[in-house]
Amino acid sequence: MYSYLDFEKPIADLDGQIMELKKLSEGENGGVDVAEEIARLERRSAEALVEVYRKLTPWQKAQVARHPDRPHCSRYVEALFTEFTPLAGDRKFAEDHAVIAGFARFNGEPVAVIGQEKGSDTKARLKHNFGMARPEGYRKAVRIMELANRFAMPVITLVDTAGAYPGVGAEERGQAEAIARSTEACLNLEVPIVSVVIGEGGSGGAIAIATANRVFMLEHSIYSVISPEGGASILWRDAARAKDAATAMKITAQDLQDLKIIDGIIPEPLGGAHRDHDAVIMETSKTLKQALDELSPIDGLTLKKDRREKFLAIGRHLN
Amino acid sequence: MNWITSYVRPRLNSMLGRREMPENLWIKCPETGEMVFHRELEENQWVIPASGYHMKISAKDRLKHFFDDGEFEIVTNPAVAVDPLRFRDQKKYADRLRENKQKTGLDDSIVNALGSLEGLPIVTCLHDFSFMGGSLGIAAGEAIIKGFETAVEKKRPMVLFAASGGARMQEGILSLMQLPRTTVAVEMLKEAGLPYIVVLTNPTTGGVSASYAMLGDIHIAEPGAVIGFAGARVIEQTIREKLPEGFQRSEYLLDHGMVDMVVHRHELRPTIGRLLRMMMKQPALADTGADVKPANTLPAPSTGADPVTGETTPETATEPAQ
Repeated sequence: MYSYLDFEKPIADLDGQIMELKKLSEGENGGVDVAEEIARLERRSAEALVEVYRKLTPWQKAQVARHPDRPHCSRYVEALFTEFTPLAGDRKFAEDHAVIAGFARFNGEPVAVIGQEKGSDTKARLKHNFGMARPEGYRKAVRIMELANRFAMPVITLVDTAGAYPGVGAEERGQAEAIARSTEACLNLEVPIVSVVIGEGGSGGAIAIATANRVFMLEHSIYSVISPEGGASILWRDAARAKDAATAMKITAQDLQDLKIIDGIIPEPLGGAHRDHDAVIMETSKTLKQALDELSPIDGLTLKKDRREKFLAIGRHLN
Repeated sequence: MNWITSYVRPRLNSMLGRREMPENLWIKCPETGEMVFHRELEENQWVIPASGYHMKISAKDRLKHFFDDGEFEIVTNPAVAVDPLRFRDQKKYADRLRENKQKTGLDDSIVNALGSLEGLPIVTCLHDFSFMGGSLGIAAGEAIIKGFETAVEKKRPMVLFAASGGARMQEGILSLMQLPRTTVAVEMLKEAGLPYIVVLTNPTTGGVSASYAMLGDIHIAEPGAVIGFAGARVIEQTIREKLPEGFQRSEYLLDHGMVDMVVHRHELRPTIGRLLRMMMKQPALADTGADVKPANTLPAPSTGADPVTGETTPETATEPAQ
């Protein structure tokens, strides 16, 4: 049973009716009329799903991107890689569970994996601090990137965060500096780095691990300088204008592709990634494989130079 | 205030290209409430003489006081796309930009300048807070890149004065992209073996602190400046607790190891000059016999700029980064 989003009400209503009919039919030993009715409702539900997802607004996409049942980082790591071996700690202060990192094999080849984990139930959400990293998380990311560089492993990052954690301790330990250093580490890599925004790409907390040779976004993921709610409360002085902020700030994968900020969009199954985890992970795997196949033959210095030039070029075509 | 003062007069002034005279020639110290004559404040580099409170200072005023003999050359900023997202919140972003250009005489929030500091040729890159809160968008990003490129080309050290609330939200995702873009610029300077000194002034927050402003070889903070990533209000709402005394102030950052020193505005010249001469393998100033006239003995020029209140309005809207 899915948790339906507000705008999925027509689908939720139809699915509800289907469930009731199914229960009824079980009681009556399966009447023919009921089976037909169920089939009819299922067709309508599928049509409604197509209709709703064909024209999602940016604000609706933000809700899909944050859907609690959406596959999170750990789910991808489990399915995409073999021999994933988590590595912990920044060697300075602490281990930050908001960031998952380690070595693994992708199609047999060693890679370094860094990702933000939101957690899929209350216990996990608390453990992973809802995917909001503290400075330790970014410093761990830097540490893993430096290891990857030394041992010639491509870096794969999975971005899913509302943003870096705004807390007293995080500030005291240099949240801003930690983010800046992580972005810097991405830019200095002499191995390929490929990033996928799987849910939310929240501001500096996201770019810190997404300054990559190739950046992809899932079809209904978002990537933004500030959350739509935050943007609305500052620009309109009214958090309820999040819908307007989501549209104006250009946060969707489609917007970012139009602005030539990302390299591609990974299609999601109909009705969003949360409706079929395996399907979206398979698409992600295909995209990652193709990107790494393209980047792996390129020498390290060229990779670094290309990455820098790619970011310098952003926005220049708009002149 | 009525509709004549709030609407008609600014309209007339902007039509005539006239700047409004500072209405209040006396400026109140935000700390002690003392009233100081604006002329005296200008001459003192916008530091309240009695309390030592560091007010915001325009890029132009800063430059006149910072370089030898108050002499400098402005580097022209690159042309960029204006309002590519056709952004509109309560007001059109294009209108905000036009008003800010008129108000400040600047093309955006960044000014690059060439000049000498205690005899050493340097490049400076300055945020002007009065231009939309010193916020970072495409124009500022390109200007910063140009500043660093100029330093590399001329083999000069870079001194950057940060004063910004962070990324400019009216440019949406394009403003976020200035974080990696400006970081590329910093890396170019570092790889050229040139020193990079950051002066963190009030305020340095959000995306600016999360990129080039925190990547200096040496971090110097002006006294009492707010420096941090997330806005204090956002943190308070998140943790639902009162913030510690002096939180996110320069002195607090010094205690937590995030800056090298807290330096009074009047002492920036000799401090940075001394450091850069060592980093550039130049003899000590005392050994050169040079007669370098400190810029801050010159009479301060009048700018007619409004005293900056520091209040956050959509005009100066930047993200309280999260």
